[in-house]
Amino acid sequence: MENSLKREQQMSNSKKALIFLFPSWLLLLIFFVGPVILTFIFSFTNLALTGAEASQLRFIGFENFVRMFNDPAFQTSVVRTLIFVIFSAVIGQCFLGFLIAFMMREKNRAFRRVVGLIIIAAWVTPEVVVSFCWVAFLGDSGTANWLMGLMGFEPVAWLFAFPMISVVVANIWRGTAFSMMVFQSALDEIPKEVEEAAVMDGASRWQVIRKITIPMVKGTIATNLMLVTLQTLGVFTLIYTMTGGGPGNQTATLPVFMYKQAFVSYQLGYGTAISLVLLLIGAAASLIYMKMLKVKV
Amino acid sequence: MSMKRKAVSLLSLLTLPMVLAACGNSDGSSNGDGAEGKTEIKVTWRNTGENDKMTQYLEETFIPQFEKENEDIKIVLSPITASEGDYFSKVALSMQSESTAPDVVAEDSFMLNSDANAGYLTNLDEYVADWDQWDKYTENLKAGVIAEDGSTYAIPGTSDSRGIWYNKNVFKKAGLPEEWQPTTWREIIEAAEAIKASDENVIPLGLGVAKANGESVSMQTFQMLLYGTQDTLFDSETRKWQVNTQGIIDSLAFIDEVYNQKQLGPSLSVAINSNYGSVMFQDKFPNDEVGMLLDGFWSAGNWAENGATPVENMTERFGFAAMPTQNGGEPPFTTMSGGWTWAIPEKAQNKEASWRVVQALGGKEQQAARAIAEGNLTVRDDSAEIAEYKEQPFIEQATSFLQYAHFRPADDKYPNVSVEIQTMVEAVATGSKTPEEAASDYAANVTRIVGDDAVN
Repeated sequence: MENSLKREQQMSNSKKALIFLFPSWLLLLIFFVGPVILTFIFSFTNLALTGAEASQLRFIGFENFVRMFNDPAFQTSVVRTLIFVIFSAVIGQCFLGFLIAFMMREKNRAFRRVVGLIIIAAWVTPEVVVSFCWVAFLGDSGTANWLMGLMGFEPVAWLFAFPMISVVVANIWRGTAFSMMVFQSALDEIPKEVEEAAVMDGASRWQVIRKITIPMVKGTIATNLMLVTLQTLGVFTLIYTMTGGGPGNQTATLPVFMYKQAFVSYQLGYGTAISLVLLLIGAAASLIYMKMLKVKV
Repeated sequence: MSMKRKAVSLLSLLTLPMVLAACGNSDGSSNGDGAEGKTEIKVTWRNTGENDKMTQYLEETFIPQFEKENEDIKIVLSPITASEGDYFSKVALSMQSESTAPDVVAEDSFMLNSDANAGYLTNLDEYVADWDQWDKYTENLKAGVIAEDGSTYAIPGTSDSRGIWYNKNVFKKAGLPEEWQPTTWREIIEAAEAIKASDENVIPLGLGVAKANGESVSMQTFQMLLYGTQDTLFDSETRKWQVNTQGIIDSLAFIDEVYNQKQLGPSLSVAINSNYGSVMFQDKFPNDEVGMLLDGFWSAGNWAENGATPVENMTERFGFAAMPTQNGGEPPFTTMSGGWTWAIPEKAQNKEASWRVVQALGGKEQQAARAIAEGNLTVRDDSAEIAEYKEQPFIEQATSFLQYAHFRPADDKYPNVSVEIQTMVEAVATGSKTPEEAASDYAANVTRIVGDDAVN
């Protein structure tokens, strides 16, 4: 009697779960799975925004991909994307975020709050605003050149002389807060005793970090690397508003390159093929991180 | 077709919410009967910002008069505020669906062929055949609204020409004549050098080179140079793109000379900026900080009474010279001519009403009023005779350049090729490629776009 009641309750629970999950599934299907499938399909077509091709949609096999791999602009774009991701996400945000979180660990509450607030301010600022701040900062008569002037240097056209460095620095500035917060909470979880015990055993500070602290937050590092990498792979607004992918194509990472092919050159099919490759690069990066840090998700 | 439409809207949703927002803001019920039982006609054009002349013209002049004469139609303004390149993408997206297509749309003449081929536009052959005003339109401009299939897809709205704006105060200081007309490219460079020598802080010569400024780079800068050489962009008889010519290299070498070899252009942060035009025409040029600008006739609109930077005695302070051919000779000058047109999307729902609006926009007085408001040239021979039109500053020069006018290739692939031109020009101006390197990349890219058998 009691058993059957329980079973009934369970069944109705799983039914309830289905009902409650249904809307989110539906939304995911329509707005995520659907477009991904369509992207896949259209990357094998000549889909165009205008011109005769726009009225004659047809499958062209691997033509978009063949063209892509023979396109020097695509190849350099992949290299630039990797440079952007490695320097601004992996080295910049993750490393710097960890460093800040680690250094703040032993400081008092008030200090943590003030520093934390300043860094997070950059993160909560909308992307467009961030890029306009940086455009103003690096402009001909911007703060950076004013400082250069104080030190007796000639002004530099930063966004033209050092476009990649400029967008990398801007992205680090904007994104570090996220990594910092993630690492902060992970570091707070480490029991003090473990590290204290290591120190008692005669481990140097560096040894403690390498052998105790980092292994204990390994999972967080992997997750954070993955999140930050995926996010940075998709950065569009920041680069597009700061440099428009230029000068030339010097900051045309894959998202910018894709946008230009799809909406400036009106070749939607080619653009979707590029987006598919972008998706694959993201997936590959995630796999590499998981392998490297031997983390199970 | 409907599947593709869905796909495209989903795509835009994935890649760029911005695009969708633009289509979305024009709500679907464009042709639904308005509150007072009127047919709503949604007119779309590219809004250039706060001082948009078209908005002023439509709101203050055109609509009050039109709605008084046509009580059954209500005009709904649905401008797209975007850069030139984005405008065409957004319009193309909106024309794919009945629920978002405008009823009357402004098309740049160079996009007309592509959009007609894509099936976005209504064939107007039968409409113009019955229109008694059609023969008042300037004959050679009608060629610009005929697509590859030989049919008319739009009504010309404006025409234009390009030349060299020069600042007489700057010229005086540099010891140059106030009535100036160069006869070769060399003389332009010499004038720029004289300006540079007289004042380091003045920008001697501005050429638009930023890819961000889209078509203007291709037309106002590159083609103004190229059509002054022996070569052309496209051979309309063989229908082949001329990608391996000395003319391309010479044109790029001129840009290289201005921006890199002799440092006669603006700094790159000004040049490679989507604000290049407004910074130059609204700030630096009227403040005597620029010597020469290669650009369109409409730029004078910036200095008009209701413009962004009114300049009272503009004809005394500035001059508008014709662009010489490379080494002078015959023909001595060159210019590019284009212009905007009015078209009716294939998916517009009330074409008869749309056509009435297009006809009214194209009337004799209206064409003159619009040309005056925007600082463009009219497309009707009879509008050109209206006194107020004839009194516009620089209109005489601008009209006289038209005898040397070239038009952009009426080819489906032109918009794509134009993007390659912009890339090539920017690469040379920023010094990242030599003229020869940029030209050979251009040849390779254009060949890839149009196919091996469509290049020379």
